[in-house]
Amino acid sequence: MADRFALLQGNEACVEGAITAGMRFYSGYPITPSTEIAEGSAVRLPQVGGKFVQMEDEIGGIAAAIGASVVGVKSMTATSGPGFSLKQENIGYAAIAEIPVVVVDVQRSGPSTGLPTSPSQGDVMQARWGTHGDHPVIAISPCSVQDTYYQTIRCFNLAEKYRTPVILLMDEIVGHMREGIELVPEEELPEEFKIVNRDNNMVDGKPYACAKGEYVPHQPPFGTGTRYNITGLYSNEYGFPTNDNDIANAKATRLMEKIEKNLDDILDYEEENLDDATVAIVCYGGTTRAVMEAVAQLRNQGVKAGMFRPVTVWPFPEQRLKEIAKKVKTVLVVEHNYGQLVEEVEKVVKGAAKVEFLGKWDGTTITPAQIINKVKEVSKNAK
Amino acid sequence: MPSKLVEKTFRMENLPHIWCPGCGHGILMRDVAQAIENCNLDPEKVVIVSGIGCSSRAAGYMNFNTLHTAHGRAIAFATGIKMANPELTVIVITGDGDCTAIGGNHLIHACRRNIDITVVVFNNNIYGMTGGQYSPTTPTGEKGTTAPYGNIDNVFDITGLAQAAGATYTARGTAYHATQTIKLIENGIKNKGFSLIEGVSVCPTYYGRKNKKGSVVKMMNWQKDNAIDVKKAANMDEKELKGKLIIGEFYNNPSTTGEYTERYDEIIKKLGGDK
Ligand SMILES: Cc1ncc(C[n+]2csc(CCOP(=O)(O)OP(=O)(O)O)c2C)c(N)n1
Ligand code: SF4
Repeated sequence: MADRFALLQGNEACVEGAITAGMRFYSGYPITPSTEIAEGSAVRLPQVGGKFVQMEDEIGGIAAAIGASVVGVKSMTATSGPGFSLKQENIGYAAIAEIPVVVVDVQRSGPSTGLPTSPSQGDVMQARWGTHGDHPVIAISPCSVQDTYYQTIRCFNLAEKYRTPVILLMDEIVGHMREGIELVPEEELPEEFKIVNRDNNMVDGKPYACAKGEYVPHQPPFGTGTRYNITGLYSNEYGFPTNDNDIANAKATRLMEKIEKNLDDILDYEEENLDDATVAIVCYGGTTRAVMEAVAQLRNQGVKAGMFRPVTVWPFPEQRLKEIAKKVKTVLVVEHNYGQLVEEVEKVVKGAAKVEFLGKWDGTTITPAQIINKVKEVSKNAK
Repeated sequence: MPSKLVEKTFRMENLPHIWCPGCGHGILMRDVAQAIENCNLDPEKVVIVSGIGCSSRAAGYMNFNTLHTAHGRAIAFATGIKMANPELTVIVITGDGDCTAIGGNHLIHACRRNIDITVVVFNNNIYGMTGGQYSPTTPTGEKGTTAPYGNIDNVFDITGLAQAAGATYTARGTAYHATQTIKLIENGIKNKGFSLIEGVSVCPTYYGRKNKKGSVVKMMNWQKDNAIDVKKAANMDEKELKGKLIIGEFYNNPSTTGEYTERYDEIIKKLGGDK
């Protein structure tokens, strides 16, 4: 058993969080910088009666994980860069078939093989739009090792509750950073991270039916006494494929509303020093650490900077950012890419404040000094 | 009147099926159902996994736990199911394209692991669902919509491939030879390890038409006239076997190293994870 207090990497904390959340199946294919998640799962799962399998590729990795979830076992797969591209088709499968699964992407630099060991946040838009067709997405980006432990648990909880794939969008910074953390046991988890298990009581005796006013079906696991069909085609409430456009429309719309109508429950964000801020710095994941340091130093120098960190990157906390944008002069987006989430921010802010961007895509990390300089520069522009 | 077997093992409300008149897939689907019946399995504990293709649509009609997945990935999904709950009997229904082209990698690695899954490949020598493109089993020289001048690819011998990769049971039947094919599938299900049964199907709509094979009756008669049991074939020379289709049980040897999920359970036991 793992000790309660430990010095761990983000990737190791992810494994521990997953085990605490109830993960009992992992399947994947090794790739830097996510490999420690596979290695850790291989060590830990059989110790708790769970199973690990190294598949022949990433597609097999997510497919087997979805298969395990179909028989009711909480499951996860993890990958990076090229492997995340390979998983996309089956992320869509899990979304339409409504099967809980946690997909971890420890982002690395560049397209193709790029800079395999360097940090990046270049997959944030792939996490949103990577699989084809309209589909719901939940993606959570942890900012520290302790946060990775908790957010992994939250990913499992949301996957179970909403029966959808949930992406833990890590980055190399968080994945390989070592910090002392507390592996809070299941019984002592804070309220917001309390373990959720899927509800298997079917509505109206139909596997894919939803209760009135609800958007999530309660299909029971295979092998437990209800025989039904699961498919990646649009299907009716029994899971049988249909060509009926009205049924397809109802299902497609419900899949999106499952997220849209539950934003209060799903959305999570962190704010710092925003009350009187003139510059709001938007950041997520591993970038957050540098931003927090920059905000502290800027405040010492009398610059009114604050931080807005979407924890759920998808769905994006639109409403809250809109409110913030009305109060500040500048929204500065800091991310490790050529400019991705900044486009979403521009769409949301819609001119209510000036949107500026600080990015990096050379495989090095953004430093607090660079952020401080950028804030001073954009503050001047805003006057 | 539907037969007792059909009433019991099919989802009557979802019939008729989508297949073309004369398609061989329906016969093979019924063979799978009959084999499950013959094994006396509790239908609640039977999972049928399929990929994408005409063949893979079989799963949805069958009254078991059925998972219709993505093109080529059925065996990988099945691996997760079997690992997570070894008590379930896991059967994969797939096509020649689904299983040996896009899904070829999953196939050979599942064979290698000798995980207790039974794969039934409905081999119609063509991509039916997408309208007649050549597949890894389209005979060299024959035509498909993407081999308009004749296919220059060499073909896969699916059962040979599976055996070489580590499957512990391989066999071939045909749509025509229902009785034999049912028995072959039954034996595959009973094998504690990875089993692959190739069911040679017919696709009159695309393969037949493109290659001037004549009516469905003619295509089925070809199977009847040219299939030779493997035991008989053993006493025939190459010349006699030219153009023939060898059927029967090719390989039935339990692995010396055991079945995959059992081996994993040993690890769990050793670590005390089962307590
Ligand atoms: C990733 C992906 N690529 C291609 C397709 C298109 N596609 C659907 S079925 C199929 C071929 C099916 O052939 P086979 O497995 O032999 O089955 P059959 O229809 O002949 O029974 C293809 C290429 C797809 N659905 N998904
Ligand atoms: S296209 Fe061929 S394989 Fe598909 S249903 Fe028709 S006859 Fe069968």
